[in-house]
Amino acid sequence: MGQAIAVTADQGHEDGHHHHKETFVTKYIFSQDHKMIAKQYLITGLIMGAIGIAMSVLMRMQLANPGEPSMVFQALLGKWAPDGVMDPNMYLALVTIHGTIMVFFVLTAGLSGTFSNFLIPLQIGARDMASGFLNMVSYWLFFISATIMIGSLFVELGPAAAGWTIYPPLSALPQAMGGSGLGMTLWLVSMAIFIASSLLGSLNYIVTVINLRTKGMSMTRLPLTIWAFFVTAIIGVVSFPVLLSAALLLIMDRSFGTSFFLSDIYIKGEVLAHQGGSPVLFEHLFWFLGHPEVYIVLLPALGITSEVIATNSRKPIFGYRAMIASILAIAFLSTIVWGHHMFVSGMNPFLGSVFTFTTLLIAIPSAVKAFNYITTLWKGNLQMNPGMLFSIGLVSTFITGGLTGIILGDSTLDINVHDTYFVVAHFHLVMGISALYGLFAGVYHWFPKMFNRMMNKSLGYVHFWLTAIGAYGVFFPMHFVGMAGLPRRYYTNTNFPYFDDLADTNQLITYFAIATAFAQLFFVYNFVKSIFYGKKAPANPWSSNTLEWTTGDKHIHGNWDGPIPTVYRWPYDYSKLNEDGDYVIAGQDYVPQHIPIQKGEEEMNH
Amino acid sequence: MTAFLIIFIAALFAISIWQISKIVSLGKAPEPDSDAVEVANDGDNKRQGQYMLLFGIGLYALMIACFVGYKDYFLPDAASEHGGEYDDLLLLTTVVIMVVQVLTQGLLHWFSYKYHGRKGQRALFYADNDRLEFIWTAIPVVVLAGLILWGLFSWNDIMDANMDDDPLVVEVYAYQFGWKVRYSGSDNTLGDANVRFIEGQNILGIDPTDQDGMDDQVATELHLPVNRPVIFKFRSQDVLHSAYMPHFRAQMNVVPGMVTQFKFTPTVTSEDYKSTEFMTEKVRKINEIRRQKSKELIADGDVALDPYEFEYYLLCNKICGASHYNMQMKIVVESEDDYNTWLETQTTFEKTLANAEN
Repeated sequence: MGQAIAVTADQGHEDGHHHHKETFVTKYIFSQDHKMIAKQYLITGLIMGAIGIAMSVLMRMQLANPGEPSMVFQALLGKWAPDGVMDPNMYLALVTIHGTIMVFFVLTAGLSGTFSNFLIPLQIGARDMASGFLNMVSYWLFFISATIMIGSLFVELGPAAAGWTIYPPLSALPQAMGGSGLGMTLWLVSMAIFIASSLLGSLNYIVTVINLRTKGMSMTRLPLTIWAFFVTAIIGVVSFPVLLSAALLLIMDRSFGTSFFLSDIYIKGEVLAHQGGSPVLFEHLFWFLGHPEVYIVLLPALGITSEVIATNSRKPIFGYRAMIASILAIAFLSTIVWGHHMFVSGMNPFLGSVFTFTTLLIAIPSAVKAFNYITTLWKGNLQMNPGMLFSIGLVSTFITGGLTGIILGDSTLDINVHDTYFVVAHFHLVMGISALYGLFAGVYHWFPKMFNRMMNKSLGYVHFWLTAIGAYGVFFPMHFVGMAGLPRRYYTNTNFPYFDDLADTNQLITYFAIATAFAQLFFVYNFVKSIFYGKKAPANPWSSNTLEWTTGDKHIHGNWDGPIPTVYRWPYDYSKLNEDGDYVIAGQDYVPQHIPIQKGEEEMNH
Repeated sequence: MTAFLIIFIAALFAISIWQISKIVSLGKAPEPDSDAVEVANDGDNKRQGQYMLLFGIGLYALMIACFVGYKDYFLPDAASEHGGEYDDLLLLTTVVIMVVQVLTQGLLHWFSYKYHGRKGQRALFYADNDRLEFIWTAIPVVVLAGLILWGLFSWNDIMDANMDDDPLVVEVYAYQFGWKVRYSGSDNTLGDANVRFIEGQNILGIDPTDQDGMDDQVATELHLPVNRPVIFKFRSQDVLHSAYMPHFRAQMNVVPGMVTQFKFTPTVTSEDYKSTEFMTEKVRKINEIRRQKSKELIADGDVALDPYEFEYYLLCNKICGASHYNMQMKIVVESEDDYNTWLETQTTFEKTLANAEN
C-alpha cells in the first residue's frame, strides 16, 4: 500500500547501499552502518558505565568508613591505598573521573550516541546517516578519547583530580596537586577528541533529520525521540565548541605561559609570573557547555520515555505539540542559565538575578513535560514491560530531582546549599538516575530491534525494582545530609565533629549504593545472555507504530530490503477509533505510520 | 542505630530476593500466547501495577521517615540578620515543592496501578487539550513568579555590600590548606596587598609602603562583635576556595587575582548559640556517638576522641587539593567589649615589620 510512490521517490538513494561484500572488519569494526555503530556506542558506553559506577562504590566505601583500611582498596588502588587506606588525592581523582565518565562517556556518548545513531535513520525512514563515514569516524574518535581517559588512570602522579569541572588554578598548576600534571594533560586531550567526536556525530544527526526523512514524514509527524535527538544535537553543536575553547585556553595557560585564567598566584614558596587572568572567565566558559550538557544528557532520555510510554500505554502521547514546544523551550533556555552554577563565584550579583530568572523559567517547560507524561498514563491500557517501568521510574525521579532545582536555582537559597550534598542529591536524581533510566528503557525497548532477540522480562523486572529502591535509598536521604551543610568532595567528614551524627546516614547511603551497583549485574547478565541465547524476537514485539518495526528481521545495511515505506500519519495513533467506534484497523489497537488513512477515520491535525 | 539500619536493609533485600525467585519461577511458566514471548501479559501488568502502587506508598513512607528522622539535620536558626529571611524563603519553597511532589508522585503511581493493562481494555484516545495545557503552564508561572520575586528582593538585600552603616571591614585570606583573617585596625581600612609582597613574616602580602596597612592585624581565628555589620573581603593566594559559614547562611568563593565580598550582621553570640535547646541536644547526641566510638578506639589501642563543644566554623567548600576536607577556621561571635579585648592581643602589621627588622 502506497509503496509504489516510495519506490520512485527513493530510487536515487538506494544505489550503492545494497549487496556490497562485507568483511569481518567492515561489518563489526570499521562499520559504516548506523546500526552497528549504535551497538558499538552502546557497548563502549556500558563498559565505561561499569567503570564509573565501580568508582562511585569506592567513594561511598570511603565515606562510610573514612580512613579505614579495606582489602578492596588495596586490591584495586594499589599504591594509592597504602595499607588499604585510600589516599585523599585518589579520592578526589575518583570524584573527578567518575563525574567525567558518567556525564560524557556514558550519558552523552552512550545514551545519545547509541540511540541517535540507531533510531534516527530507522524512525525517519532513511537507509543510513547522511554520512556513514563521518559517523564511523565519530565513533572511533570517541573510542580513542575513552582509551586515553582510562589510560590516564595509570600515570605516575595520578589522573586528573580537580573535579569534573576542572576549575583553574587548581587544574592548571601541577604544584597545587599531583593530578594536575600529566593526568590533567591527558584529561584535556581526551576531552578535546571527545568534543570532535561529539560534533561530527551531532552534525550528522542534524543533517540526517533535516534531509533524509522519507516521503510524508513531515517534522510534525516525527516521533518525539527524533525531536529530542535533533534538538540535543543542535545544543551540542552550539555549546561543545565553547568547552573546546576553554580546554585550549587552559592548555595554553598550563603549557605555554599565557594568563587567561591565572593571576597573582603564590604557591610552594614562589610567585608565578601569571598576571591578569580570571578563573571566573573559565567558569563562564565551562558552564556555557556544562549546563546545556545537562539537557544533552536528559533530552534523549525524555525522548525515549515519550516513545516508550505512549507505546506501552496504548495511547497517544498527550500534547504532542506541547512536548515539542517544551523541548525547544528547554533547549533555548538551557543556553542562558549557566550562571546559576556561579551565584557565589564572585561575579556581579546583578547577573545572579538574571540567571535566577531564566533558571526558574526553565522549570515551566519541564513541568509541562511531567504533567503530560502523567496524563498519558491516565485511562491507558498500560503494558508493564521493563522499558515501561523504567520510563515511569524516570518520570518519578525527574520530578523528585527537578523540584529541588527550584531551591538551587534561586540565587538567595543557593548561598547556603551551594556545593553541599544537597546539590549532589539533586543532580544525581534529575540527570544521573533519570538519564540512566532513559538508557535502560531504550535498551529494553529496542533490544529486539538491535539483536533480533528478546531480553528476559523477569530479570528486567528484578533489575528495575532493585534499581528503583536503591536509587531513592541513596539519593533521597542525601538531601538531608546536604541540608546539614555537609560539603561535597570531602575525603572524610571526621574533621568536623558537627557532622558526626550524619555518619549513620552516610553508611546507609553506602549500603544502598553498593546494593544498587550489584543489582546492575542482573542487567549485564540479561543483556549478554540475550544477545546470544534470547528468544527470537517477533517483528513488532511491542505493537508499535514507528517505522523501525517495519524493516523485517533481516539486518542489512540499508535497513529496508525493499523500498522505503511512505508515511501517512503521526506515530501516535494508538487505540484510535473510527466513526463507528471500532479500532481503525479491526482487531488491532495501533495504526503504524506507513498505513494510509482508512475509511471512516478522522484525520487529526497534528 | 547503625545495627538497626543494617537489619532493615538486609530485610529489604531478603524480601527482594524472595520476590526475585518468585518472579523468575513465574517467568518460567509456559506462556499462554506462545507468540508473545517476553512481552508483558495480563499477569505481569497486574503484578507490576501493584508493585507500582506499593512503590508509591513506599516513597511516601520514605519522605515522611526522612523528614521526621532527619529533622535535627536541618541547620538551626540562622545566626545572622538576613538568615531569618533566608530560612523563611527556604521553608516556603520546601513546602511548595513537597506539595507538588506528593501530588504528582501520587498520581503517577496511582495511574500506573489503576490503568494497568488488561485484555480487552480500551485505552482512551486522548491526544491533547489546550485548556489543560494552559492550566498547567499557568500554575507554575504564577507560583514561580512569586518565588522569583521574593528571592530577587532578598538577593539584592544580601548582596548589597554598601558601607553606609559603618560595617567592620575584615579580610578573610585563603591558602592551601588554611585560613587567615586580617582586621583593618582603627582606620577600618585594609592596606593594599598582593602576593608579590609575601616575604618572611608578611605572609598575607600586605604592601609595606601603604600607611593604611600599618594598623592591620592578622589572626588565625575569626572574632566578630555581635550585631555589627561585617563586610568580608576575600582573597586567595593560590587556587579557588570557598568561604562557607553555614550558620550565618553565608558563602562566597575566594578567587586568586580578585577580591570578592560578602556582608552580613551576626546576631547571636557563640555562647548564646551553644546554649540553645537545639544545640545542647545536638551536641549531647554527638558526644554520645563520640563516646561509643572512643570505646571502640580504646579497645583497639587508639586514642579516644575529645568531647565536642560547638563553635561556629568557616569551612572550605570548593575543591582545592588533597586536604580540602580539613580546611577550617573557628569563628567566635562575642560582645563588643570581649571583641575589643581580644583584638588588642593581636599584633599589628607595623609591629610585625619592626620585629622582622630586629
